[in-house]
Amino acid sequence: MKYAPVVAATLFALLVWQIIVSATGLPKFILPGPMLVAETWWDNRAIIAEHTLTTALEVLIGLAIGTALGIATAIHLASSRMARVLIQPILVFTQALPVFALAPILTLWLGFGLWSKVAMAVLIIYFPITASFFDGLMRTPQGYLDLARTMQASPSRILWHIRIPAALPSLASGVRLAAVYAPIGAVIGEWVGASRGLGYLMLLANGRAKTDLMFAAMLTLGVFSVLLHLGVARLTRNLGKHGA
Amino acid sequence: MTPAPGVTISGQASLGGAQLFAPLTLSLAAGQWTCLLGGSGVGKSTVLRLISGLATEAAFEGDITATDTAPVADRVAYMAQDDLLLPWASVSENIQLGARLRAEVPDRARLARILARVGLVEHADKKPAELSGGQRQRVALARTLMEDKPVILLDEPFSALDAQTRAAMQDLAVEVLAHKTVLIVTHDPAEAARLGHAILVMTPEGLTSHPPPDGAIPRPVDDLGTLECQASLLRLLRSTVS
Repeated sequence: MKYAPVVAATLFALLVWQIIVSATGLPKFILPGPMLVAETWWDNRAIIAEHTLTTALEVLIGLAIGTALGIATAIHLASSRMARVLIQPILVFTQALPVFALAPILTLWLGFGLWSKVAMAVLIIYFPITASFFDGLMRTPQGYLDLARTMQASPSRILWHIRIPAALPSLASGVRLAAVYAPIGAVIGEWVGASRGLGYLMLLANGRAKTDLMFAAMLTLGVFSVLLHLGVARLTRNLGKHGA
Repeated sequence: MTPAPGVTISGQASLGGAQLFAPLTLSLAAGQWTCLLGGSGVGKSTVLRLISGLATEAAFEGDITATDTAPVADRVAYMAQDDLLLPWASVSENIQLGARLRAEVPDRARLARILARVGLVEHADKKPAELSGGQRQRVALARTLMEDKPVILLDEPFSALDAQTRAAMQDLAVEVLAHKTVLIVTHDPAEAARLGHAILVMTPEGLTSHPPPDGAIPRPVDDLGTLECQASLLRLLRSTVS
């Protein structure tokens, strides 16, 4: 079975976790055991589901907007030398700023609701998507470009019919990377100021020393991220296939 | 279609200040196959890129002219050793790439004729990855034909193929490219002896014309005159290796 190693590794990790808890006798508000976390998760499943839905919505909207912006930027950069000269240094500079530091100001600008978290997710994935797609657009095999030139193709048609399709595998890897980063962005946003979402729930549980609930929310976030990554990988599989 | 013109390139090229090839004059007779034979790094491909109007790293001083005085570069179709098929496009789409890149309406009837001519009808909807090396090179040849240009530049187009596929491709290319002005760049004396109406050997010192064997192209692989020409070309190539 394909998933056997994953199941085995998970069970092993849970076992190690339980052994640590039993051996050290740590109180449950420091480190709750896996059984307690599972129980808490089940008892609070309605609340966790509700907050997961909020975070999922933020992540998916952020992913969609960030991907669209990244694609547009990469195409723009690839088709204009002027844009590369003007925009590229700014883009790199913004990456030197810690996105985390922007979270409070985004909350100030966009409010405590959905959009400040969407903006965080967008900010965190915009660069990886732009960079990977742009890189693909600039690495079109020279032979294709020569061939197109002898066919009297215009730069815009070369871009549309050759460079973009040739760069789709690079875009696919950028989007897969973004699927891992986007939930981090949304949760940071929720930490700074929110009344819903898994990040909010984790903060709330932590503040009330409900460490078991904190763990339950955190593991839910982890599982959500893995599922999102798998889903995006499946969606982008056909994009990335032709490069091989 | 108007008859294919002859093409002449005359001049010299340098690469980073060092001479790539000495002043030379290379004339392609109208409607004939000219073979340009030489080792690696003597500037064969540069000559070809210059004629097709592609950027080269070499600096060229000279002229490229056609016998009918019209510009050359936009009347050239180009085929390389790498088939350059787009992996995401079907065989038919690859063959019609030129029309798509120029935003022209593709000529369906012409596509069907060319597919039949190169024996690819049953592969029309396949992706390049599903084809053998010889089939892929036939798609590249079909794409070259589809362009319907009078001047055809072939850059070692068959050198990656096995011997029997290469011979079959040479036969097919001569058949379908009849009446076009063809320049084929090759490092294979056997290919030059089979296909050249004229054979030119390129060395860093310049061009040497070598008399072609008798007979129409493609010459039989077991023709004695062709084999002697092949041997003579190989001797000439080896004598120029410093």
